[in-house]
Amino acid sequence: MQTFEMSQLSSLRRAHRRDRILRHSLRLLGSITGLLVLLITLFVLQEAWPALQNLGFIRFWTDGSWHPLEGSFGLMPMVLGSGLIALGATAIATPLGLLSALFCQCYGPPLLVVPYRRLLELLAGIPSVVYGFWGLVVLVPQINRLHPPGQSLLAGTLILSLMILPTVALLAIASLAQIPSSYWQGAAALSLSRWTTLTRIILPSARSGLFTAVVLATGRALGETMAVLMVCGNVVQVPSSVFDPVRSLTANIALEMAYATGDHRAVLFVSGLVLLAIVAGLVVMAEGISNQGMSSESVIVHER
Amino acid sequence: MSISQRPGLTVTALDRLLGFAMAATVIAVGLGFCWILGAIVAQGLGQISLAFLLAEPSNAGREGGIAPMLVSTLLILGVCLAIALPLGLGTALLLAEFTITDQRLGRLVRRSLDFLAGVPSIVFGLFGNAFFSQVLGLGFSILSGGLTLACMVLPLLIRTTEEGLRAVPPSYRQGAAALGLSQTTTLFKIILPAAVPGLIAGLVLGMGRALAETAALIFTSGYVDRFPRSLMDSGRALSIHIFDLSMNIPGGDARAAASALVLLTLLLLLNLLAGALAQRWANSS
Amino acid sequence: MKKISTIRQYSLGTVAFLMLGLTACAKPPQAANSEGIKLQGNIVLTGSSTVAPLAIEMGKRFEEQHPQVRVDVQTGGSSRGLADTRNGSADIGMVSRSLKPEEGDLTAHAIARDGIAIILHSENPVAELSPEQVVDIYQGQLTQWSDVAGGPTSPITVVNKAEGRSTLDVFLKHFDLKNSEIQAQVIIGDNEQGIKTVTGNPNAIGYVSIGAAEHSIGRGEPLKMLPLDGVSPSTTTLQDGTFPLARTLNLVTQGASEPTAQAFLQFAQSPQVQDLIEQQNFVPIESAPLAPSTP
Repeated sequence: MQTFEMSQLSSLRRAHRRDRILRHSLRLLGSITGLLVLLITLFVLQEAWPALQNLGFIRFWTDGSWHPLEGSFGLMPMVLGSGLIALGATAIATPLGLLSALFCQCYGPPLLVVPYRRLLELLAGIPSVVYGFWGLVVLVPQINRLHPPGQSLLAGTLILSLMILPTVALLAIASLAQIPSSYWQGAAALSLSRWTTLTRIILPSARSGLFTAVVLATGRALGETMAVLMVCGNVVQVPSSVFDPVRSLTANIALEMAYATGDHRAVLFVSGLVLLAIVAGLVVMAEGISNQGMSSESVIVHER
Repeated sequence: MSISQRPGLTVTALDRLLGFAMAATVIAVGLGFCWILGAIVAQGLGQISLAFLLAEPSNAGREGGIAPMLVSTLLILGVCLAIALPLGLGTALLLAEFTITDQRLGRLVRRSLDFLAGVPSIVFGLFGNAFFSQVLGLGFSILSGGLTLACMVLPLLIRTTEEGLRAVPPSYRQGAAALGLSQTTTLFKIILPAAVPGLIAGLVLGMGRALAETAALIFTSGYVDRFPRSLMDSGRALSIHIFDLSMNIPGGDARAAASALVLLTLLLLLNLLAGALAQRWANSS
Repeated sequence: MKKISTIRQYSLGTVAFLMLGLTACAKPPQAANSEGIKLQGNIVLTGSSTVAPLAIEMGKRFEEQHPQVRVDVQTGGSSRGLADTRNGSADIGMVSRSLKPEEGDLTAHAIARDGIAIILHSENPVAELSPEQVVDIYQGQLTQWSDVAGGPTSPITVVNKAEGRSTLDVFLKHFDLKNSEIQAQVIIGDNEQGIKTVTGNPNAIGYVSIGAAEHSIGRGEPLKMLPLDGVSPSTTTLQDGTFPLARTLNLVTQGASEPTAQAFLQFAQSPQVQDLIEQQNFVPIESAPLAPSTP
């Protein structure tokens, strides 16, 4: 990172007004993103406020069930539902996405790689209602044969992992593409095996990008609504197996918002608020892990 | 960097395992995709004709075509990219190139982005309706739909572009500095062209996300299935049309599949176009 | 006539493609409307996604008669329709249920009726369920189809609607149930989701809009509707008032409407749109005498 600083200094010395303008306008642009987050959070908070004021925050965790029109508001099973679905989907999509990226970027024959990449790009563009529709008509009846009712945690996890796979794979491809070819050449010159080259050289140097890919994909999984709503069964309960139906926080909003008025509507925004809090927690956690990753990466740069 | 030596036998076994896992993944993902695509094609292909592409819908979309939705979709995507691309590129530059001078702001922005990536699309939709449609007075319009989508795709766009910029070797910057180039010139002539692969990955993902989005658009760009006369008119996106046909209109399934097929073709063409443009830019610089 | 309009549609499409739309596609001015009244301006309708497709079709026909008028239909659910009508961002709200007592500040204009039928997979041999059996099934006291006369030996999958939905309200009221008593295996939102859930699961029981179910059965999907109190559900029995489980689709307004909105309300309740109502699988209101047990 020393060298980077030097280049910064020398260009600063020559900096014209143009450079200053550039920097200030970039700062402005960057601030917009922060502002946007603030606005969204404030909006959800404002809509949820009446419920928080009337009911307090505790009841959403202590109430036994979710029947907002009959005065019970337990969110815990849905928090668990959202978490399990997202976790399962990320656990499946991460290895598949990584292997897909390695295939595309490192080992696959070009004749297969090009169409496979286009396929991944198209997967990213299939509307979630189409995934949900397919899941409901094809996947759910298959699972139903194994173990009724079919609409289940399993169905949601499988559909969702297919949906976030392109995010993991395409972002991983992009970060693998940026590894200098000298790394590969060096590994080849040492006649290292594929496995060693990957685990000791390639994956560590692409770590920051791969990590970003997984974080963005997990976020997507937590936020996905329509497909989850269609295949998960939406029963508010703590699942005892992967074949049990569950409801996610997002499905809760989408299912009930259309007919909700007054307090019911405000309570739905509380589930939105809880979801945002989960995402925020995830981001802070990811940042912690990623900082460790970054520091070990800079060690590599120095050694080089 | 030290590389530990391992007995050759283990390594080859692991190699074989890796190759096997890759092949299995590619086959599984390919099959899954073909399964979904096959279902769409089987239902929808028979419905597609020139009239379907060029006519207005009638009988709630069971008859007629999808021309107004195609126009609205392209307009919404246009607005979204016109806002998100410069904003995204600028922010990515800030994050990747000014990390030392703007460390605090950078960390804040990066945190915000990861947060935005996890905000459910229906919350974006309700927010877009409250902020763009009501506070800014844009109403149900293509403009407020495009702006809402821009907020949604920003994280994908910025984080991928940032990764692309980070991967540009420091020697490029040193060389530029040694030649006495200004920061601005260095950025636009040297750094950006080298970061094109990351940029394109973000763009492709962002476009896919934007075209596929439903929940965020129902409350912003709206449900009106006419040709929009201006950006201030409400216009129904293809994704909403697909959603409506498959979930709300009895007997709309085949038309929904046909519309999905058109949407995927459109995305394929746009992706090819983006790739070609990027290639040209990278070559010319 | 048909041909000409098709050609216009084609050319409109092409122009729109070319311009990518900033100023394209102003419709050619048409002859003055038959009634000679110059109505103009925009009418905005928001609300129930069940009513929206019907409202769009009505709007198109209204625009043909009054070329200076644009009818913009937006969805977002019945609650959105109520809220938007109250705060003035919509001229007319669409609500797929009757107004509640606390909504007395609004005026309801009934435009159509929609029945609700209990549906099973067509492979399920059960031909009829008594109201008590339906209650027991939904309360989780009957969990096997074999507990019902003629039923196969398989567990029942109970499909229920999400809280707040008007079909749920009507169902609960008719069977005198509370939503918290219901033991469901699957909870759904829209009608089509219910139909697809039941066609994909031979052991499922659910309830959906009669029009939607009739449409699916007509297309040969493996679905059947169960009679209720001896009356088999169909748009015909709904129309003559013998089928008990129904809801009213309403347009709602607050205070006095603009002349254009008023004209549209009258139009939407007139015989001129009867064919559109039937086309969207609902039952026109004039010919439907109010069923006795409707909430």
